Amino acid sequence: MSSQDIPEENLPAEQDQHGTVGVADEKNPFADPGLPPHEHRVQDIDERAAKRSERVVAMLFTVSMLATVGFIASYVAIPHDKSIFVFPIGHINALNFALGLTLGLALFAIGAGAVHWARTLMSDVEIADERHPIEASPEVKAKVMDDFRQGAKESVLGRRKLIRNTMLGAMALFPLSGVMLLRDLGPLPGTKLRHTLWSKGKLLVNMNTNQPLRPSDVAVGSLTFAKPEGLEEHDEEFQTEIAKAALMIVRLQPDNIKDKRELEWSYEGIVAYSKICTHVGCPISLYEQQTHHVLCPCHQSTFDLSDGARVIFGPAGHALPQLRISVNDEGYLEALGDFEEPVGPAFWERG
Amino acid sequence: MKKLSARRRHPLAALVVLLFALAVTGGLYAAFAPASKAQADETAQSLAIDEGKKLYSVGCASCHGTGGQGTSDGPSLVGVGAAAVDFQVGTGRMPAQQPGAQVPKKKVVYTQAEIDQLAAYVASLGAGPTVPTKDQYGPEGADIAKGGELFRTNCAQCHNFTGKGGALTHGKFAPDLEGVDPKHIYEAMQTGPQNMPSFPDTTLTEQNKKDIIAYLHAVNGDDTESPGGLELGGLGPVSEGLFAWIFGLGALIAVAVWVAARTAKAKKS
Repeated sequence: MSSQDIPEENLPAEQDQHGTVGVADEKNPFADPGLPPHEHRVQDIDERAAKRSERVVAMLFTVSMLATVGFIASYVAIPHDKSIFVFPIGHINALNFALGLTLGLALFAIGAGAVHWARTLMSDVEIADERHPIEASPEVKAKVMDDFRQGAKESVLGRRKLIRNTMLGAMALFPLSGVMLLRDLGPLPGTKLRHTLWSKGKLLVNMNTNQPLRPSDVAVGSLTFAKPEGLEEHDEEFQTEIAKAALMIVRLQPDNIKDKRELEWSYEGIVAYSKICTHVGCPISLYEQQTHHVLCPCHQSTFDLSDGARVIFGPAGHALPQLRISVNDEGYLEALGDFEEPVGPAFWERG
Repeated sequence: MKKLSARRRHPLAALVVLLFALAVTGGLYAAFAPASKAQADETAQSLAIDEGKKLYSVGCASCHGTGGQGTSDGPSLVGVGAAAVDFQVGTGRMPAQQPGAQVPKKKVVYTQAEIDQLAAYVASLGAGPTVPTKDQYGPEGADIAKGGELFRTNCAQCHNFTGKGGALTHGKFAPDLEGVDPKHIYEAMQTGPQNMPSFPDTTLTEQNKKDIIAYLHAVNGDDTESPGGLELGGLGPVSEGLFAWIFGLGALIAVAVWVAARTAKAKKS
């Protein structure tokens, strides 16, 4: 570094002489300490360092531009199903990897360039900006208050109470029209929450094979999911209906069933329960065949399927609804009606 | 025919007819009856059962009872079938080390030959599912997409949507299915080990099981492609969110601190 192109007053030796810090003494315990002496950066002292910084910033912005071009090029050129191996990550999609890398680099380089620019080249001289009261002057204040009082007087609101009261009434009622519009945003739920597709005589159809179930198909300790007869996966309403009608079928030894009603509603130990948790409606089927407990994966509500699906742990408010089942003349399992109570979580006026 | 007819009253005629009849009967019997082969099989089978019984008495009887009838420490093995034995012993779960919420898989103690003998003995106690063959769990003719549907319907609630496993109540858990022998997956579905419910062929057909195994191989095999990369255990949004909050935001904060901590001044203080 040659000292010829550096202005004298910027050299460190010069800087130490000016700018002193005020110190508190007995007379003035809260003396303004003032600003510490300004210190220069290499870039302020050495023009070549400043040039270097400029080049670094420009390079970062150029890298960002190249990365953006790379993003567009990857988007166009890389087939979406190409897979590559990247060491710590493993087999990943080449397009995803390229897009993420270039987009990240483009944004990071803009940020890094801006930070480097601000730290090395923009002025870093400390500036004191004194605070001033933001209050209006007393004359302005008095004028505003006078204007307000005169306006209130001219409006005669204080004297003509009828106008005031009807105006308040009109303004209070007006938002009601908006509330009325909200009411018709969609059809009213009606009794939809109380009914499912299950009804008397509907066969229990195995979700895996799409065939009606026979009692002999259901082994003790097994778990089967069933849907009502006539509901097919390609039906338009399938998701809406299965969300309420989903059924979990397990078989217990009849001696193991502790609840009298459960035993009555079962068929030779085969019990059918709603698969919808009564807490917030998660599908619940984490069945432990030795303990007969069913666990909800969302909030760990646990139900005892051998005891009327009683809640034994967790936030659920009531037992899982049971479906009454029997066997029809042809030997298939059938429902004896809908669920006795609404399935799923509690709602207003559930009763 | 005339000659034969003329000699029908010969003193040796009865003997000849008798010999002929015997030869025909014996020949037919030899041709159609699988007697000798069955006999040999029976012997090998009963030998295996005998050997299995010996192994059983040493390794299993203390918990499962001397005749497989079960005790307070272990369930009855009557009717569980060879598949259950092949799964439990073949994955090292049995013999159990200690009682607890769940018996985990560990190093396999018996050789496959010994496991087969044990299985033969337990199968002789009562009819149950047999050990599946390669045709049943192999990848040929499997529908991976259907397997995915079936897996999400029947298995994903406990084992996670890509078979990474999950927690159950009181220390029990659904194990990770990565790297598990397809045969053992098949047997587990068929027999329902420990607290897992069973999925017998009557509700989840052989083809369904084959599809599920093929799906698991497709999402969990060695050459499985993960489009996003960095799966974080494949546990879904919770682990991913945790990673983003701790490591993603953490990295940003670290960079900010690093930038601010370095002074740009010429004179370093």
